[in-house]
Amino acid sequence: MFQTFRQIVLRDTRLALRQGLDAFMVVMFFVITVTLFPLGVGPAPNLLALMAPGVIWVAALLSTMLSLDRLFQHDYEDGSLELLLLTPAPLEVVVLAKISAHWLLTGLPLIVASPLLAVFMNMPSEGYLILVTTMLLGTPVSSLIGAVGGALTLGARRGGVLVSLLVLPLYIPLLIFGVSAVDAVLGGLSVKPHLLLMGAMLAAALPLSVWATAAALRQACE
Amino acid sequence: MHRFANPNRFLRLGRAVLPWSAGLTVLCLAAGLYLALFVSPPDYQQLETVRIMYVHVPSAWMALFVYSSMAIASATALIWKHPLADLIAKASAPVGAGFTLICLVTGSLWGKPMWGTWWVWDARLTSVLILFFLYLGYIALNNAFDDPTRGAKASAVLALVGAVNLPIIKFSVDWWNTLHQPASVTRLDAPAVHSSMLWPLLLMALGFTLFYVTVLIFRVRSEIAAAKIRNIQLIEARE
Repeated sequence: MFQTFRQIVLRDTRLALRQGLDAFMVVMFFVITVTLFPLGVGPAPNLLALMAPGVIWVAALLSTMLSLDRLFQHDYEDGSLELLLLTPAPLEVVVLAKISAHWLLTGLPLIVASPLLAVFMNMPSEGYLILVTTMLLGTPVSSLIGAVGGALTLGARRGGVLVSLLVLPLYIPLLIFGVSAVDAVLGGLSVKPHLLLMGAMLAAALPLSVWATAAALRQACE
Repeated sequence: MHRFANPNRFLRLGRAVLPWSAGLTVLCLAAGLYLALFVSPPDYQQLETVRIMYVHVPSAWMALFVYSSMAIASATALIWKHPLADLIAKASAPVGAGFTLICLVTGSLWGKPMWGTWWVWDARLTSVLILFFLYLGYIALNNAFDDPTRGAKASAVLALVGAVNLPIIKFSVDWWNTLHQPASVTRLDAPAVHSSMLWPLLLMALGFTLFYVTVLIFRVRSEIAAAKIRNIQLIEARE
């Protein structure tokens, strides 16, 4: 089982790195989207600082959503998803491996890019650490919830837009708590309840999303 | 439950129940509206605008109730592969979305005179808005596949995933400091509403529920007919 997990993570990572530009494009979308906001609302530093956590979080969630295509769609199209369903290891392990690889390839680069974007958005420097922490807790949850959406829309018409309709409402609680955690630190309040809630979301999403995604994949390949 | 897996048996049951549920719907709504709009007393603070409550609260209850029914039907479809459960869930979705929309709009109309704002991002309003998006996502996912069974199964999984929103809506007024008032009727101790307002409220809720049952029977009938037509078309295409 751990063998299968390791091999699938390595496979997905190798495939993505071979294609080279994929993860880079997701981070570029993140950076460009956040850059649009100062250009749109004007460079007033106080305004940008107020908006910074929210804008960065929304852009991170949108970037994750755009990258969900790569999670199952390519394997579904060339038939390797059906082969993955036939492995002796439980499908949930396969799903967890693919989601882990997805997070390593898209979530981690987003987390690394976020302090730079915090500078663009003129966020006070006390907020950098908490921003990275909340994204560290939150991007796995977004990969997990996004995996459910990605698996449900395999083979659908207009699958790309449909994934966003399904997944963005489910991202809303994550967004609310991620931003309020950063705002709490910037406002001098306690951040512990927010972090605990985000940890709870991660703890709940890990088994539940993996289970739901596996169920959705089984139906997609019947 | 498995007795009614036979569509024809379900259709016979529907035919028997439909005149009763339709008639009772009209009666309950008429009586409820009369009591709500004319007989029940104006509120001491809100005066006549309190009467929006008699539409807003039952539609909110129905929005949650219909989603719960959809989630249970989806679970039945996935676990026991009950052939009609999918159709019940699919038929309920637009009705539930309609109730949620009515709840949001009447709430907004009530909020402007009461709170001074059309909308506020407190926990209950946000979570009900998420519920509305979940309904729309369910309908979109259901219709996004050429094969209707594939669409039904995918949206069944989505309905179950979204069911986590229901306790959040219910307990949002307890867990967060919200502008929306806390629960007055569905609490562990007795309802905090006087009977002159409680009876019209319950009557309207009953009328809305019977309306849902009536519309559900109509819609499931047409879903079954649509499935039969699809089968006939497939058989003809094969020949």
